[in-house]
Amino acid sequence: MSVPRFWRKISKRYNLEGTRCTQCGRTFYPPRTFCPDCRRSGEIVPFRFQGKGEVVTFTVIRTASDAFARQTPFVLAIIRLDEGPRVTAQVVVENVSEAHIGMRVRSVFRRIGTEGDSGVIYYGTKFVPDVPYPEG
Amino acid sequence: MRDVAVIGIGCTTFGEKWGTSFRDLFLEAGTLALEDAQLPGEQIDALYVGNMSAGRFVEQEHVGALIADYSGMASRHVPSTRVESACCSGSLAFRQAVIAVASGLEEIVVAAGVEKMTDVETSISVDALAAAADREWEGFVGATFPGLYAMIASDYMHRYALTREQLAEVAVKNHRNGALNPIAQFRSPITVETVLRSSLVADPLRLFDCSPITDGAAAVILAPLERAREFTDAPVKVMATAQASDTIALHDRRDISTLDATVAAGRRAYEMAGLTPGSIDLVEVHDCFTIAEILAIEDLGFCVKGEAGRLTEEGETALDGRIPVNTSGGLKACGHPVGATGIKQVCEVVQQLRGDAGRRQIDGAEIGMTQNVGGTGASVAVHILGRT
Repeated sequence: MSVPRFWRKISKRYNLEGTRCTQCGRTFYPPRTFCPDCRRSGEIVPFRFQGKGEVVTFTVIRTASDAFARQTPFVLAIIRLDEGPRVTAQVVVENVSEAHIGMRVRSVFRRIGTEGDSGVIYYGTKFVPDVPYPEG
Repeated sequence: MRDVAVIGIGCTTFGEKWGTSFRDLFLEAGTLALEDAQLPGEQIDALYVGNMSAGRFVEQEHVGALIADYSGMASRHVPSTRVESACCSGSLAFRQAVIAVASGLEEIVVAAGVEKMTDVETSISVDALAAAADREWEGFVGATFPGLYAMIASDYMHRYALTREQLAEVAVKNHRNGALNPIAQFRSPITVETVLRSSLVADPLRLFDCSPITDGAAAVILAPLERAREFTDAPVKVMATAQASDTIALHDRRDISTLDATVAAGRRAYEMAGLTPGSIDLVEVHDCFTIAEILAIEDLGFCVKGEAGRLTEEGETALDGRIPVNTSGGLKACGHPVGATGIKQVCEVVQQLRGDAGRRQIDGAEIGMTQNVGGTGASVAVHILGRT
């Protein structure tokens, strides 16, 4: 992905910033600038998601494209955010066998990939199991 | 609108064809189709070519003009249009050609599909194919095509009683059919064990759940039904052409385990033809992965949701079953040159309806269907063809 193409979506990717239709209240992540339900009568405003959700379905990617080959095996999931929308993202776990449908997850800021050995490093949102922080 | 018929078909062999170029592939299929229709090329009024990604695979765009040129049609300035909707490109080229003839605007039209995928490394073809999904919000985070279909399979197996063995039976059945098809990329039967012992690509999908990377081309020639017998004794009527769209990203679908676009296109096609699923004698579906055939069988109405695994296991989708699925070997065994697949499906159905399918022949086949999917279901085309 080219640098400008990545750069223009940085706030969305780093901060889980989506959009919301003020007419029907539906929220969108990935962001949409046009509400499919209200169409032109809806007004779209930015909306920040809390970053908590649940794994709807997942896979373990064993064979990836070149850009992700060094990360295999990794868990890729569709996550339903608590506010409603579903998003495709990686789930970071110590062992891929920990992943399961219904797993509670929270968003974290992570490196997504790099462009070759000397290219730009892409950051964005991944998810981790949403377990309480250990006390003390 | 007037009725439209297929008067000629042609298909290259499918496989890793290192000795054959993009333009040679197309020429071979087109020539076979013209010979089949006993038609001089000068009578062609227009070309529609399905192609997904010549830009990535052979660094060539503008392939409509290229193909018209190398087919000897540049001097007559025959209009030639490339149609793209990922793996559904071939069916949409067919649909555009049908619409052109049905409208009366054009008379004799070629609908073709071509993809040359093995001139680049596998990782490049995998990435080119990933462009059929949402690059910004699926591909960007590491989604591959097998990965997306694997998430469909995980969802499906969590909700319905589909076993890993039943899923493997889809590949076993399609290899059995492919072994009987002279153009198929893979002509060896396999067993459930072959599938279950193959390497994991994206859990739960293994290598033998996936269709291969393939070079190939296919072409059909269309004419008004009323003129079809000038060219052939066995014209095949296009009884329905239907197309539907859905969200580009899998995560935005109403139901991850249903291709709503297949349901919509299927309903439109049945309505247009005045038929129900019970009237269909055979169907070519888009089994890019084994789970995709399971969904297609259900979404086209051949059984209720959750039953296609059992149907497959019990042999109901085999050549001698209640509803034979993918008599050609499907994408799995016949191969999947993405832009050509939709046209190859039509070629297979036409062969079956003519009674020319050799050892794959479904006795007395009168009506056949094709279902071709783009991406993870953002585009679907369904066609129904009938003997005349």
